[in-house]
Amino acid sequence: MSRLVAHFDVRYPSFHLNVSLDVPTSGITVLFGPSGSGKTTLLRCLAGLERAPHGFMQFGNDVWQDEAKGEFLPLHTRPIGYVFQEPRLFPHYNVRSNLLYGYKRISVEERRISIEQVVDILGIGHLLERRTHKLSGGEQQRVAIGRALLTSPKLLLMDEPLASLDIQRKQEIIPFIHRLHEELRIPVIYVSHAINEILQLADLVVLLKEGKVVGAGALNEVLTSLEFRKSSSSLLVGAVLAARVANHEPQYGLTQLEFKGQFLFVPLQPVAIGQPLRVHIFSSDVSLVVGRINAPTSVLNILEATIIEIRDMDQSSVDVLLDIGAPLVASITRKSFANLGLKPGQHVYAHIKAVALNEELTE
Amino acid sequence: MAITELDLSALWVTLRLAGMTVLVLLIVGTPLAWWLAHTRSRFRPVVEAMVALPIVLPPTVLGFYILVALGPYGPLGRLANLTLAFTFTGLVIASVFYSMPFVIQPLQGAFEAAGKAPLEAAWSLRASRLDAFLTVISPIALRGYISAVVLGFAHTMGEFGVVLMVGGSIPGQTKVLSTTIFDHVETMEFAQAHAISAFMLIFSFLVLLGVYVANRRFPIHVS
Repeated sequence: MSRLVAHFDVRYPSFHLNVSLDVPTSGITVLFGPSGSGKTTLLRCLAGLERAPHGFMQFGNDVWQDEAKGEFLPLHTRPIGYVFQEPRLFPHYNVRSNLLYGYKRISVEERRISIEQVVDILGIGHLLERRTHKLSGGEQQRVAIGRALLTSPKLLLMDEPLASLDIQRKQEIIPFIHRLHEELRIPVIYVSHAINEILQLADLVVLLKEGKVVGAGALNEVLTSLEFRKSSSSLLVGAVLAARVANHEPQYGLTQLEFKGQFLFVPLQPVAIGQPLRVHIFSSDVSLVVGRINAPTSVLNILEATIIEIRDMDQSSVDVLLDIGAPLVASITRKSFANLGLKPGQHVYAHIKAVALNEELTE
Repeated sequence: MAITELDLSALWVTLRLAGMTVLVLLIVGTPLAWWLAHTRSRFRPVVEAMVALPIVLPPTVLGFYILVALGPYGPLGRLANLTLAFTFTGLVIASVFYSMPFVIQPLQGAFEAAGKAPLEAAWSLRASRLDAFLTVISPIALRGYISAVVLGFAHTMGEFGVVLMVGGSIPGQTKVLSTTIFDHVETMEFAQAHAISAFMLIFSFLVLLGVYVANRRFPIHVS
């Protein structure tokens, strides 16, 4: 499989970026980390907006930068699209001219993506003749995405494209990012520090901290890793599962999902049986039961699990890393942990009190 | 009060001088202003101060040094292997220095306001540096260019001390309107002095008015 390989070593007065990256050139890879972790700098190095004095970057078979040989392809000769945090539309052009700016600068043979396609995917047909300053923030960002897509890029780099938008506008754009990724098959590298965006978009996550890569892998692996859970203070996700719709029970208002031979109930979803559905479970919504349960319970979602690892988190809680066919983290109190006498290798039942859905994202 | 042929030739020299000066300054000033707007070099304040010098310096001081530099034994004179002092070319060189801040500063301000963001966006859309500058930065910085041209032109038209020092007052070559007024006053021809003065006053006012009206009517949206 084609891969993107990069090493960068750059020193700034207050910051040292030193990363090695090796990710497949497919899917959505999210560079995740707190502000100041070097996400944007890394993205700019990948694009060629910054030239790392010790840098190497290879996209598939094409070497774009190899400082050992003094090679550096300037940004405008690289087949990439770049979406900035702010739309950066050109104020002296209308929407159509903005969209066509890059399109006109690539050769006819290079044009794999048509204006009609972009207009359709992004829903911007009604904006074409408008001046850019008359657009809402969400509309501007959609035009900016369209403008980048119209250069028919082989790689799309997005630097927190939703950061400047309010929640509603964010939800308006996320489906478009999915569509462009699915319909145009362009690999995306996406910078974000918002856990919601990761949950909804990421296939792969690269975790950055103080200019270094501290974790990389499939979404679920990274989210359940100790490194991630220690560094992320806000929303603690126990698992993201790529489940499949198994059955509908409309009389109860429920949809049954299947994940690796186990079942989960969620509120009724307008999704056909057999279709994939991405769900996530917060680690605080998972409680553990040892041994067979004989007593009836109102909890619908009970998964068989094996304890992989116990992690000390803070004074009052521990993380229990479980295997349910994928990693799942349960946050339980230290007291419960002591009472149950949990050990790695032990079989337990995970009671899931709530399953969250990425509503917009019926992939 | 008759406008003499001498006065008309002075007008022509003046317009040519101002036009040439602005042209040279736009060519030299664009990269310099760009550098000043975006450099992180610690020499930036030094260069900025040098560019701004003509604003505070008596024109005679500037004129004196340029005269020395342009003379047959001055560095520029030797370089060109001819005497540039008291020629039209010498006058253009002097004017370039004298009017430099009036062109550089509006451009620098416009480039700073435009920022690097649109440029980076253009590069990412396959535009080369020059292409991006011509199609994105210069339109965004258009107001800066208008101000630079008008101020540079008008300021060159109004120079006196430097012209006198470097150009002398050779009719048809280095005699400009401002020195013509001085000559008329010295020879008590107040009516002619008044005519040229009034012309310059009205001309300057109309040019500035035009710029302000144009700026108001055709706002360049920077969102």
